[in-house]
Order: sequence, then C-alpha cells, then structure tokens
Amino acid sequence: MSFFFSNFFNKKNSAPVAKDRLQILLAHERSATSNQSDSDLIQKLQKEIMAVIQKHITIDQEKIQIKVDKGSACSTLEIDIEVPQQYK
Amino acid sequence: MSKVIVITSGKGGVGKTTTTAAIGAALAKTGQKVVVIDFDVGLRNLDLVMGSERRVVFDFINVIQGEASLSQALIKDKRIETLSILAASQTRDKDALTEDGVKKIIDELKEKFDWIICDSPAGIERGAKMAMHFADEAIVITNPEVSSVRDSDRIIGILDSTTEKAQKGEKVIKHLLITRYATNRAAHGDMLNTDDILDILSIPLIGIIPESDEILRASNLGTPVTLSAPDSAPSRAYTDAIKRLQGEKIEITIPTDKKGFFDWLLKRNR
Repeated sequence: MSFFFSNFFNKKNSAPVAKDRLQILLAHERSATSNQSDSDLIQKLQKEIMAVIQKHITIDQEKIQIKVDKGSACSTLEIDIEVPQQYK
Repeated sequence: MSKVIVITSGKGGVGKTTTTAAIGAALAKTGQKVVVIDFDVGLRNLDLVMGSERRVVFDFINVIQGEASLSQALIKDKRIETLSILAASQTRDKDALTEDGVKKIIDELKEKFDWIICDSPAGIERGAKMAMHFADEAIVITNPEVSSVRDSDRIIGILDSTTEKAQKGEKVIKHLLITRYATNRAAHGDMLNTDDILDILSIPLIGIIPESDEILRASNLGTPVTLSAPDSAPSRAYTDAIKRLQGEKIEITIPTDKKGFFDWLLKRNR
C-alpha cells in the first residue's frame, strides 16, 4: 500500500523526458543529415576513441555520446563517456 | 496569384488528409477557388474523406500519362462549388509520378485555382517528395508525441533541401500545425506542450487542433469537419488557421467545445 502511494505521488511527468530525449536525438540527426562527411568523421572518431579506451577499461558502446556543434567562430567536439561503477 | 501548399508530416496517421479536407473546404467556403490533390498513389484516401469516392473516374496519373484531360479528372465537390478534388491512382505504381508530369499539371491548375493543396503521403519516398516539390508553402502536421516530432524535423530538413524552391536558393515558407492536442494532458505535463514542440522544431505555429470526436465523425460521413460541424472546436481552429495562412494576424488559441449540463447528461446516457 505504501508502495502504491509513494509511486502515485512520485510519478514524474513524462513530457519533460520526451522533450530532452528529442532535443538530444535531433541535434545528432540534424548534423548527420546536413553533412554526410561530418557524420563519417564522427563515426571514425567514435570508433578510434572506443578502441583507445577499451585497451584499459571495458565500457558499453551505447554509453558513449559524441557530438559536434558547429558555430560561426568555432566548433566544439563533445565526448561524453559513462564510466562503469567499478572504475570509480 | 495562386498558391501551392503541401500538407506533410513524415509520420502517418497524424491528420494530413483530414487537414487537407478541412482546410480545403474552409478556404473554398470563403469563395476562393480550391483544388485538393491526393499524392498517395496506391493508398488514396482523400476521396473517401471528402465523400467523393464513388465519383472517381480518372485520376492524377491518368492525366500525367495523357489518358485523360485535367478537366475530366477534376471532381467538383457537391457541397461547395469552388472546391475540386484530384484523386490519386489506386492501381498504378508511384513511379508514375514524374517531376515533369507533376509540374505540368500544377502549372495548369494554377491557371484555374487560387489554392492548390497537395496532400502528401506518409514517408519520404517519391510521393512525398513530389507532393512538396513545387510547393510555395508547407504545413507540417505534428502530433504532440515523440515519433511525430522527430519525423517532422526530418521533413523540415527535406523541405529545405530537395524542393524546387530550395534548389533555386529560395525557401519554402513553413507552418507548424499541431493536431490531436489534448489541453488537459499537456497542462499536466503528460504530453509535450506547444512550447516544447515549438522549441524543438522552431518553425512558426499556424494553429492547434484539439483532439475531438467530431474529426472521426466527419470522416465517417465523408464530409470535411469544417462543413460537418463548423462550430465545433476543431473547425474553429482550422478556420483560424486558414485566416493565418492568408496573412491575418490572429492570436493562437486552443478552442474548446462548451460542455453544458445537457451535453454531459446526454453523453452519459449514450
């Protein structure tokens, strides 16, 4: 019963989650479709970075996010790697 | 000067055909000459939603291939004199939609009509590309739901890159129409709200069509909702949208159906 109530009151709204997921996904897809060579470069980078890291620790392919943001003055390459618990 | 409008979305089932019929009828009701064209070769449905399914003799592909003249293929609406429909072929291959063929027909239609409204099929294949190819403006239909928003984003990209306007270095004017909107669920944070969708897609909003039983009723009857229930919430939203399409500045609202005690009672007893 207490589980039911806590679940009921803590149930988070799902719309903000939907928005966040979409924004991340679309940032990725837009850069991929607008410039094919860019997406090739990102894939290559992802593979090579993975190879280097996997020499030392085992990580999930899906836990790596690579993003390129193109600005007018400069662009940024963002690499986000989730390290598994045992290496903390 | 006549305008070519494409109703597109990427995703299926979001309300492209319903919107084409509703907007076409609403524009025609103001006395302007309107033709609605079905680009969904092999899966035509605009004829059914418009209630003219038994009057289709010749179709779009027949005209492209020279088997019928345009005036033979155009079906005049029985309710509104200034509204016509051009059906898609139910049997031919969609490759029959050639760029030259479509251009020739649209050019010919421009001489006869003020508004040429192209109902795009779902997807990003030939039919969808041809429906948008000669468009001056696009109405992108989106449901407040993740897969629909993602597909709309993709379609916006295609509108900006493969259309005739894009190839000339010009831009197709884009409008966002949110359909099947449930105000309550959005307010409670259980559904993407208008601001969320606008943030993500960043094209100007032309209207919000609330979820309504009248939409299903209209397609059951084969009558555009703007004719079958002109005072219903979705019809008022569509009517506002066509005014904005014509350049009027109207504040965006989400119409609701006024529910009196009697409606409530009747609904309970139904």
